[in-house]
Amino acid sequence: MRHLVVHRAGPGATVQDLGRTGHLAQGLSRGGALDRLAIHEGAVLLGQSPQLAAVEMIGAGIQCEVTEPVRIALTGAPMEVHAGDRTLAWQASHLLLPGVRLTIGRPLAGRVGYLHFGGGIEVPLVLGGRATHLTAGLGAALAPGDVLPIGTDTGGRIGLGLAVADRFSGGILRLMPSIQTALFPAELRARFKAGTFRPDPRSNRMALRLMGEREGFGLSEGLSIVSEGIAPGDVQITGDGVPVILLAECQTTGGYPRIASVLPADLPKAVQTPAKAKLTFSFLSWKEACTAQEAADKAQAALPRRIKPLIRSPETIADLLRYRLVDGAVTGQEDEI
Amino acid sequence: MGLDALLVSFANRFTEAPNRAALAFRAELECLNWAEVAETAPTLVSVVVRLVAGAQSSADVSDRLRALLQSRDWYDAPLPDGRRHWRIPTVFGGSLAPGLDSAAQAAGVDTATAITEWSQVRVRVLTIGFAPGQPYLGVLPPRWDIPRQTSLTPRVPQGALVQAVRQFVLFSRPSPTGWRHVGQTAFRSFRPGATVAFPLRPGDEISFVPTDRDHIERLLADPDGSDGGAEAEQVG
Repeated sequence: MRHLVVHRAGPGATVQDLGRTGHLAQGLSRGGALDRLAIHEGAVLLGQSPQLAAVEMIGAGIQCEVTEPVRIALTGAPMEVHAGDRTLAWQASHLLLPGVRLTIGRPLAGRVGYLHFGGGIEVPLVLGGRATHLTAGLGAALAPGDVLPIGTDTGGRIGLGLAVADRFSGGILRLMPSIQTALFPAELRARFKAGTFRPDPRSNRMALRLMGEREGFGLSEGLSIVSEGIAPGDVQITGDGVPVILLAECQTTGGYPRIASVLPADLPKAVQTPAKAKLTFSFLSWKEACTAQEAADKAQAALPRRIKPLIRSPETIADLLRYRLVDGAVTGQEDEI
Repeated sequence: MGLDALLVSFANRFTEAPNRAALAFRAELECLNWAEVAETAPTLVSVVVRLVAGAQSSADVSDRLRALLQSRDWYDAPLPDGRRHWRIPTVFGGSLAPGLDSAAQAAGVDTATAITEWSQVRVRVLTIGFAPGQPYLGVLPPRWDIPRQTSLTPRVPQGALVQAVRQFVLFSRPSPTGWRHVGQTAFRSFRPGATVAFPLRPGDEISFVPTDRDHIERLLADPDGSDGGAEAEQVG
């Protein structure tokens, strides 16, 4: 079997897929990739199922190699990336050969990058998924020396790129009403809508805390609300009045009131917002939210049509050697790509 | 709830009747197995209904849920079938459970009385939630309606028994908590690799059987001891 060998990993590097469903009643939240769109983009670049697992990297990349030739794709927050000493294009697919170190550094924009493999990471299925769920204690962050199996690759194309809209610099998040929105006085909702926030750098896979507004948004009766089901995207106002956006690994129930929910289509932008960027909110009606989400779902379904061969000039071709421009000059074993 | 889930709520605050209603309503939904429903989950007094196709079917499913709600008196529903009574060895207080004194004080009793009451009461799993396999347990006598602490305890270990608002929670994972850490067990309520990953079910009953610290430490050290010395028998 083909394997991924991890040499170095940032603290936020984990195996992720689209998460586990069907366990809410047992208190296990879906988990899975923070930026679900990035998982779909990787699947489209490699021409494979979005159910396959990839490596998620929050804030810092990994250094790794593979034991056999493997197609890879890079999506999400663009990061510094080298295969050996060659720079690779982000939001693109490549061939990685054994013996070549893939070094992924810090994000150049955004927060969370993804490294996908043809055939996907095939760590054992636990409760129907491969995703590391740190809160639940399923799996653990990647560490030097980890060797992970890579599945059978059914595709073949590489050198493809996928242009994506910028979701890596903050901006406006669209909100829709939640079950407790009406509990918040109009004045408080207006102040929330007018607020400018920035992500707390201490945010994790459970929640994104929003800093930046001096005055809190707490309800006086906030602490007496009975614990109810909660879901990723919900914007809770915690006891100290700070809004937090619940993310993939949130708990399944919570007693803090929810002022709104982030439109699922805008969650990738929320998780990708770097600590220095700003977030503001717009409120949609339920109907507007349905229409907006439908449009986003359509755009996601149309991703395969946006795939294009990487534009190449000799200076930027990372996989020049593969083309055997000078036949006989290489064995094909020297480098990846 | 968002675009892809509906919430059926039976009360604004916790009491027994809406809790039983939520469990029975959820059990009925599981039986009906509607094609539009991806999964259902009971919470303390509500049921979350997650939809397969997001918002597309929410109006239709919402109407059918309303009709089902009106079809009978859910507040009068019996407890679920297949309930077990668990007896879980527990050390109350001491270095493994340092919140005992403050809980007893908040309730206005001495620690010996607290331990006696807690070890005689048979609590019910009201819901599983927050963390995987983690039970909310109640209802304790009125004197145990003590508030959360004003500050969080940064970390209690797996198997910690914590108390507030006439309930216990038995933590399935290490966690911060605002509740008081009154007991420690070696019981694992989430066992990811095991055939039965989630041993407890809503409706199950639990007695916490007092034991000493050495016993709990031996149980904690046992690599095969996910039951933490617990015994279970069928009761309903």
